[in-house]
Amino acid sequence: MGGNHPRRAPAAPGRADEPAGIEITGLTKRYLTPKGETFTAIKDVTLSVEPGQFCSIVGPTGCGKSTTLAQVSGLERPSAGSVKVGSHIVDGITSGVSYMFQADALFPWKSVLNNVMMGPILLGTPKREATELAMDWLRRVGLAGFEDRYPHQLSGGMRKRVAMAAALINNPRILLMDEPFGALDVQTKAIMQNELLKLWEELRPSVLFITHDLDEAVALSDRVVIMTTSPGSVKDIFDIDLPRPRGNVQEIRHEKRFLELEGQIWDSLKDEVTRAYARTAGAAA
Amino acid sequence: MVEQPTDLQAAGRRKARRRTTAVWAGRAALAIIVVGGWQWFTEAGWVDKFFFGQPSMIWDSLVKLFTEGTAFGSIWDNLWVTVQEAFFGFLLGTFVGIVLGILLGSNKYLSSVIGPYIRIVNSIPRIVLGSIFIVAFGLGVFPKILLAAVLVFFVVFFNAFQGVREVDQNLVANVRVLGASPFQVAVHVTIPSAMTWIIASLHTAFGFAIIGALVAEVLGAQKGVGLIISQAQGTFDPNTVFACMVIIAIVTLVAEFLISLLEHSLLKWRPPNRSEAQAI
Repeated sequence: MGGNHPRRAPAAPGRADEPAGIEITGLTKRYLTPKGETFTAIKDVTLSVEPGQFCSIVGPTGCGKSTTLAQVSGLERPSAGSVKVGSHIVDGITSGVSYMFQADALFPWKSVLNNVMMGPILLGTPKREATELAMDWLRRVGLAGFEDRYPHQLSGGMRKRVAMAAALINNPRILLMDEPFGALDVQTKAIMQNELLKLWEELRPSVLFITHDLDEAVALSDRVVIMTTSPGSVKDIFDIDLPRPRGNVQEIRHEKRFLELEGQIWDSLKDEVTRAYARTAGAAA
Repeated sequence: MVEQPTDLQAAGRRKARRRTTAVWAGRAALAIIVVGGWQWFTEAGWVDKFFFGQPSMIWDSLVKLFTEGTAFGSIWDNLWVTVQEAFFGFLLGTFVGIVLGILLGSNKYLSSVIGPYIRIVNSIPRIVLGSIFIVAFGLGVFPKILLAAVLVFFVVFFNAFQGVREVDQNLVANVRVLGASPFQVAVHVTIPSAMTWIIASLHTAFGFAIIGALVAEVLGAQKGVGLIISQAQGTFDPNTVFACMVIIAIVTLVAEFLISLLEHSLLKWRPPNRSEAQAI
């Protein structure tokens, strides 16, 4: 237990820690390939997320979006530059962070309830309290009555709800989402986006959200960051001035301001996507 | 779950029942052909029963083993010794295999250093170690347990090792971000995830434990089914050898059944096997 890992106070139903901003300065990450060559995944990434802000990162495939998230979470150490969460420079696992992946990172051998309980349990919350908290969260994501099921018995959308409850139960200051809805069908995706917005508006963590879907980025975010092809760096930053609460993401899509913003962002992204595509096509030929 | 008209349902049930009957009829026929053929061929003299035994005589030997016992005490005593050796060898080999497999599987440096040596040790004929163990530790129970454990170890070890390597890295990242210590990662992610692989190996592992115990007994013992076998070999008595094989086969089947029970209770979270639903 413990070791060199930071401990956090158990998440109370109320506000445990205040939302913290993320400040990324000159972040560079190089990897060593098995052959001993270095590969630069991201280079000089500088961006900031205000406390409680919803920020999306959009960019061509393989431009280092996930790498950026890994540095923020503290799972990896930057090769140069720094990440600041709140007033602390990240060195080791950042406290108050939750992750959500495209593949649902649920424990297949744990029931839905036990999956959601993991967060508080790892913080040392007594089992009874953790159970109550998890039951409450299952209710909030509309899965009351499913607590004894195993993940394989649920649909893709339901599994996403479980993952969402598991990510939010600790009341994180920072929510890192790596294409969380990438594998869902269009209808389920829209439902989950609405659900996420609703929960986010209740808790207001700072969010870094990776996506390929421009619609999704504009509909959900306060800020959209465009990254260049690899080595990834920040190309453009757009502030989305659509009013909050956004309401239904399917309806907002048709508003004039939405389309305008999406057009601007696409103009910026287009070149990068074309360049990334030309590179992979060239490599294949 | 599946709603359907009753006549369709009845037809489906009839089909399933017919399939079950056919399977059991086939099984019985196969047994009769093999055992009956054996009896017939040896009786007719086409095959020498002096070397290959005969089912009816094997049965006689079995009855004799259980009623008159052996030169080394009752068959139950001997069987109990062998089962104990196999069981403790199985436990020891499984335990060491799981611990080392998980340790090496989760540590890249250790696995790179030790990996080649494990492969070398795996490629030597380990059964021969039995001779060394008997020379070193005498005719008692301990060298048998050791040989059984050595055979079991490699099966379990390779599965545990592979199981740890197959762990979903997203899951590991997820719990680490939530603040899990390395110990908690092992308890909540690595070990349960590797369990599928480890349990799959236990079925073969128990067979190996029995083989280890028997071979070590044949090499030198004061009690045990292996000793009865080696004595029967010395007196040109194939029927007793076959009888011992039957007894051991039953023991292994029982163990297999118990391991299956364990498997079901530990892996009840797994989705049901798709092949269990048959196309009609």
